[in-house]
This record gives sequence, C-alpha cells and structure tokens, in this order.
Amino acid sequence: MLELRKDIFADERDDNLKEVGQPTQRQDMLGHVTGTSAYYDDHRFGNLLHLKVLRSPHAHARIRSIDDSVAARAPGVKRIIRAADVPVNLNTLLSLIQFGKDDEPSLATDVVRYKGEPVLAIVATSERAALEALAQVRVAYEPLPAVFDVEEALKPGAVSVNAAYPKNTFEYYNKYDHQKLRFGDADAAFAQADIVLDERYQMSPIEHAPTETNGSIAVPDTNGRFVVYTSTQALFFSLDTSAKINAVPSNQLHFIGGTVGGGFGGKVDTLTEPLSILAARLLGAPVRYRLSRHEEMQFGSPRGGERIYVKDGVMRDGRIIARKVRAYFDSGAYTRLSSYAAVKCAAHIPGPYTIPNVYADVFCVFTNRTPATAMRGFGVTALDFALECQMDKGAVAVGMDPLEYRMLNAYRDGDMKAHRREAKNCALLECAQVAAEKANWPLRDEFRRMSSRTGGGAQRVGDSADRTRAPAPAPAPAPSARPAPAAPQRVAYERPAAATPAHNVPPPPPRPPSPPPAAQPAGSTHGAPRFSSVFGTRRR
Amino acid sequence: MAKHRGRGVATINYPIGMNLGGDPSQALVHSNPTGKFTVALSSIDLGQGMKSVTRQICAETLGVPVEDVYVDTADSDTGPHCMGSFASRGTHRVGNAVMAAAREARAVMMEAAAEELEVDAGDLETDGRGSIQVKGAPHRSISVRDVAIAAQFKQGKTISGRGIFLVPLSDVNPETGEMSPATCYAHACLIAEVEVDDETGDVAVLKMTSAYELGRAINPKLVEQQLVGGTWMGMSHALYETPEPYYPDTREGPRDFNEYLMPGPGDICPHDIAVLERPAPDGPFGAKGPGEMCANPVLPAIANAVFNAVGVRIDELPITPERILRALKARGAAAPGRAR
Repeated sequence: MLELRKDIFADERDDNLKEVGQPTQRQDMLGHVTGTSAYYDDHRFGNLLHLKVLRSPHAHARIRSIDDSVAARAPGVKRIIRAADVPVNLNTLLSLIQFGKDDEPSLATDVVRYKGEPVLAIVATSERAALEALAQVRVAYEPLPAVFDVEEALKPGAVSVNAAYPKNTFEYYNKYDHQKLRFGDADAAFAQADIVLDERYQMSPIEHAPTETNGSIAVPDTNGRFVVYTSTQALFFSLDTSAKINAVPSNQLHFIGGTVGGGFGGKVDTLTEPLSILAARLLGAPVRYRLSRHEEMQFGSPRGGERIYVKDGVMRDGRIIARKVRAYFDSGAYTRLSSYAAVKCAAHIPGPYTIPNVYADVFCVFTNRTPATAMRGFGVTALDFALECQMDKGAVAVGMDPLEYRMLNAYRDGDMKAHRREAKNCALLECAQVAAEKANWPLRDEFRRMSSRTGGGAQRVGDSADRTRAPAPAPAPAPSARPAPAAPQRVAYERPAAATPAHNVPPPPPRPPSPPPAAQPAGSTHGAPRFSSVFGTRRR
Repeated sequence: MAKHRGRGVATINYPIGMNLGGDPSQALVHSNPTGKFTVALSSIDLGQGMKSVTRQICAETLGVPVEDVYVDTADSDTGPHCMGSFASRGTHRVGNAVMAAAREARAVMMEAAAEELEVDAGDLETDGRGSIQVKGAPHRSISVRDVAIAAQFKQGKTISGRGIFLVPLSDVNPETGEMSPATCYAHACLIAEVEVDDETGDVAVLKMTSAYELGRAINPKLVEQQLVGGTWMGMSHALYETPEPYYPDTREGPRDFNEYLMPGPGDICPHDIAVLERPAPDGPFGAKGPGEMCANPVLPAIANAVFNAVGVRIDELPITPERILRALKARGAAAPGRAR
C-alpha cells in the first residue's frame, strides 16, 4: 500500500505535470515478464571459451611455487594465465578518481591475502574442462599468521595484511590513519551531561545475493576492438578499469550492458571484465568469465562488517548535547571502495539530529578476508543501525517516548550540521508525524505541531543560539535540569527486572520545545489541523 | 513461555549521490525523422527502473507523450559517460542530465515548429499529446511528427540535445571533516511491529508502517517497488543473512541459497507506506531518490521492536534466535515493555 501525501509541502511544489508522477508501466516490463530481455549471458557464441580462476585456500600465505604443467596438458585447456601475463597487475578501483594507492593484484604474485584470492586463470573449451584443469595445478603455500578482527589489526605488532598499507589502515590526506570529524567540544559536553551512554554495535557482513552472478563475455571485434557484454553497474567505470589493467586505449573496448539481474553494489568492482578481455586478446576468441554461486557468496566481495562505538551525552530533558563515534570499516584484504565509505560515514554522523558537540574517528581497516565493497546504503546502513538503536536507549534512559525523543533532537532547516553545512530542505519531523499517524503511535500535541521549516537555527527553542552555528565548548545545562552530578551517571539502558526497584530516579517530564509561534510564515502549518483531528485527545 | 509483541521505530535521512559529489552523468536526446525520441545513456538499469524514470523526465521536459520516448542504456559506443548506478544517484544525477538534454532538444523543436507555423517560438506550447500549438489558439497547431519531418528534410535542423549534471567535488578538511557531502537528503520514519517467541527466540515481523520523503515520486509504482523490496532487504539483514555467521571468525560460510538464509514469502508482512514530497531545489522536478535508504530504517526498527517485546538489546546483527535466547537467558526472563 502506498499513499501519496500531496497535502504536505504542497506550497513548495508545482504539481501541474503530465508524465512525471504517473504510475507508467516500466519501459522494459514486457521483456522482463516474457523472459526476452537480454542480459549479458544471453549472448551466444559458437566458439565460446570459458575462464575460471584458481583460488587460494589460505587466508594468508606465501606462494612458494606453482606447478601448472599437468593442467596445461589437460583436455580442453587453451591457455593458462599467470600474474606475469597481466599487463598492469596491480590496481585500485578508485585510482580512476585519484583516490588511494594501487594495492590489489588481478592475480596474486608472491602472497595471497584472503581465502579465495585468485592465483591463476585457466581458459578452456568448457567450464568443466577449466575446473578439472584447475584441480591439476599444484601450488606450494607457506601459511602465514592472519588477522580477522578490525581492532586486533590495529594493535602494535599485528600481522601486516596489505603491502601498500603496512599498518592495516587506509591513509587519509597523507597524514592520518582515519577520517576525522570535529565539531564543538564533545569531551567538555560529556562532563556537563546528565547521562552518558557508551555502546558498541556490530554489523554483520552481507552478501549482495543478486539473481545473476557477476560475469562478462569479451568478444574480439574487427579493427582490434573488443565487445564486452557485462553485468556491471557502472559501464565506464568498468571500461576504464579494464583498459588500465590491460594497458589498452579505452576506445579499443566497446562495453554493452544495461540490463542487470540485481546489483546492490556488488557489480561495481569489475571482478571479471579485465581477465575475460585479457583472455580474448591472448586467444582471439570470445571468452566468458562468470562467477559460480559459491564464488559469488564467498569471494564476490560482501558488505563489510562495520564495528561502531557510540557515546552520547544526554540531558534529562532529552536533548543530546554530545555524540562521539568510533567506527571501523572492515575492508578485507584490499581497499576496493571502503576508503570512500569511511568518509561518507563521517559525513553522516551524528545522523539526522542537531547535536552541538560531535567527535568521530572512522577507520578503514585491512584484515585477511574477502575484500568488502559497496552495498546499498554504503557507509550509512551500519551507522544508521547503531545510531537508531542508540536513540532508543537514550529515550529509555531519560524516560521519553522513543519517537518524541527523536523529534526533539531532529534537525530542522537552518540548523548547523557537524560537517559545517546548514541543514535545509529537511523533512524528518514530517515523516515521523505521518508514520505515527498511520500506525496510531501516540504523539503529544506539541510534537504533532512541529515543523522542519520553523524552530531551527537561531530559532531553536530551549537552547542557546550557539548550539547551531558556533558551538560553545561547554553547553549550558537545561534550565530545569538538576545540578549535574560530579561525574556523569552511567545508565543501564536495559529495563530493570520486574521485581527489582528502578536504579535510576525517574527523570522529570521532558521539556520539548514549545510549539512554533503563531507568527510562523504562511503555508508552514501544513498538516497540523489534520494531525489533531486524527489523533483527537489520545494520550499515552 | 510465551509470544510477546513489540513495536520499534527508526528515523533516518540519506544523502543523494556520491559523497562529496564529483560524479557526473551525461545524456543525449534526439528525435528520429518522424518525431520519436531516443535518450542515449551509458547508465545501467539494475531493475530499479532507470529507463522508466529517465523516460518520464524526458517526456515531461519535451512535452511529448511518454510512448514517444525510448531510453537506450549502457552502450559505451553510443551512450555518453555516466559514473554508474550506485549511491542513490540515478534519478537525481541522470535525471538532471536527461532534463538538460531534453530542454536543448525542445528548444530546437519549438524553433522548427515556429518556422512552420510562422509565429514566434515564445508563443508556442506543447500539449503533451504530440502536438505544438499557439498559446491561447489551440486550433493553430502542428504535430511533433510534422515538425520533425520539416526540421530534418526542409529546415536542416537537428532536434537533439546534450546534457550533463555534475555536483562539483567538495574538499574535505582533514582536521575537522568539514565538507559538502551532498546537495540534498531524503528522509524516512519506519515503525516495525514484531512478535518474539521467548521459547524459540524466533522473531516474526507482523507489520510495518512508514513515511518516506523523496522530493518527488517520478513514478509512484517504481517508488513502491523500491520501498517494498528495500524493506525486505532490511528485514533480511536484521534477522537472517550473513555470509560469515561467526564473524570475525571466518569458519562456516554459506555457499548457496540453501545455506544462506533469507526471508521467504511466508515471512514478509504488510507494509503501509506514505510518500511525502518536499522538492529538492536541485532535483529533477524536485526528485531525490529512494534507492538505497529503504533498507536502512528497517534494521534498527526491528532491533528496537525486539527490545520493546522482550526487553533485550541485540546490538550485533543478524538478530538470530540464538542471540535472542542467549540474551534472554542472561537476563533471566523476557521483560515486555510498555505496549505501543
């Protein structure tokens, strides 16, 4: 069920449109439902060859020797590709935008750094022939100690994972091992806070699980060009990466894609195109390289398992006056795109709330696991999980309704964000009001009347003006708050068991900002009468 | 032993486009000799509806029916550069590029029509049904088809346009993190209702209610598709999936869909959605984009609902029955919270 609430923000829109806003059937619908849409693997070639890679069984090991002499004579084998055959073996995806050092080989040379890392490739007349030949390759590995935990990886003396970043952290601005965010004075504010909540959150890695696994077919064309049918999410990104690794001019490659069986971020890495193109160049025949489901699940790069520590300083009236975040992105053995996500994460802190003192360090950490990559909500999903669980705990700690606690702290037009840009075009309060109305979640009148368009910035009620633009080192406690205890009170957020008495004194009723004054601009009272009429006089 | 119900909430926002900008997309729009338009892109349709969204934006901007526009995607020989389909950037970045290209094409089309009708181009308007007419005098009109034929064979004009959209790359202050991450943000609030079995640790998601603010729903059906699909994904993240069940220990990874848990049709729940539109000043018709964000509020809303139901916090994903039972055991018993 989807309901369009055209009544809200109507004065900011021109709804006199003909095609935009219509529930028009998708252009590609008929093809999809009749099974005639062409995906990369629907292109057929009579002399198609198949590429499969040999993957490391070790999370960290030195390669002593590789014996592929038996495999080379196996039935159907056309070519074995080793690291030395790859023109530019070392690459990093974001080198296209000059971000980071080349750190990941297409095929491993002397060391493997995660279980599943490609060591060599075999091109054969069938996938089965390629797999059977791979089983004949003998590799002598010398296993090395490995590190899997992001915080272990940062300890002195930890195993060094990535040769380009020997200290196991991506390097920011040639000087820091993390991305910083500094706004106001969080430590001073914690000393003033009535309650301090210090919590740890752990995101699980996730597989993109697309219906169609990663893959590509490279086909020799006339005039020295190659046509590449691909499942990529980013056509020129993959084309330019492939051109770099193959050391060919980009206009020798003609990429065709555009209809993809699910991506979710897992088809940005250009996992298959460079090698399928290289094989097609070496053999002069069409070559397909596609991941099996097992490869996609375990070696096709997951969402990383971010670990996030959040510390909040909260006043008894529900205002959050400080938030400190320490986040670790588990990048796996190589950078791929996690370096970017850490900056995006820092930009997203402290969430859609106006908090005058914010401090964050975000690390992109290397461990001996499959390199992580982009996934839906990259840099933000895990942080939202951590922050929104933290918000729930904060509400319990001050005895407020969890939605009202969020609304009290919600950002509004004119507020200053921690990355020092003014908030505008906000709509968090309105979303909260509408969702509450639909779900019969009781909100008090003053919360139903809040607006993103008023009460922000210098108008922020119940606050010193310095909350927005130039946060004071030590925010003034709320007028109604009792004198702050000598040390901030640690609050167990879990509800006490029924029989035991509450171990913190029930806080005084929260003091939300007063309703917007009557003098607010015309048109900004949208929804207010409607919410009142729907909710009536119901109270918690 | 009992089943306990609880409700949890999350409110989020989401930045549109690549963090810091610097992610251009281009579009070409051109008419064939009989007034049918092609949009050439190198952008990718992952199933999210890129072709349909850009098609509607192009038709609206040109002032022609949507059936007269076809979007051709993802051919590097014919489609100009696009950064890619990620970072919730398709509707906003590519949509703006298509809009710019369509504006340029429309200007030529109106000039050609003006020449045929012997009026000033500024006095003309499109009717959205395939004709161009004099404002206030709709009987003085010419079809887009006849305009295209005249432009091509008589006037020697190309009814075509180029568009690019780029949010310039922002600097980052290494010391403070001062930066311009995004030009606009979408918003959401989601309320999840769950039932937790304190004997098995099983969580059933009973209902979700949400409000999403997306700037402009270019196609409400595609928005619904994204929001429903994203909710499923968020629910799966929260309760089922992981390729590394003992993370950070790497043992025991699933290899296929038999071993990788995800919710089936019997596990999903009704989802009541409201969409709000506060147009982004720099969005195409105000649009932002619902792509990535819709999985995000589901995870914490479910975690918070579990707490409301049985009084334990699971701060480590996924929220498996094992984790719930261990937390309940540590706690002694389920402690249902205040009914919401």
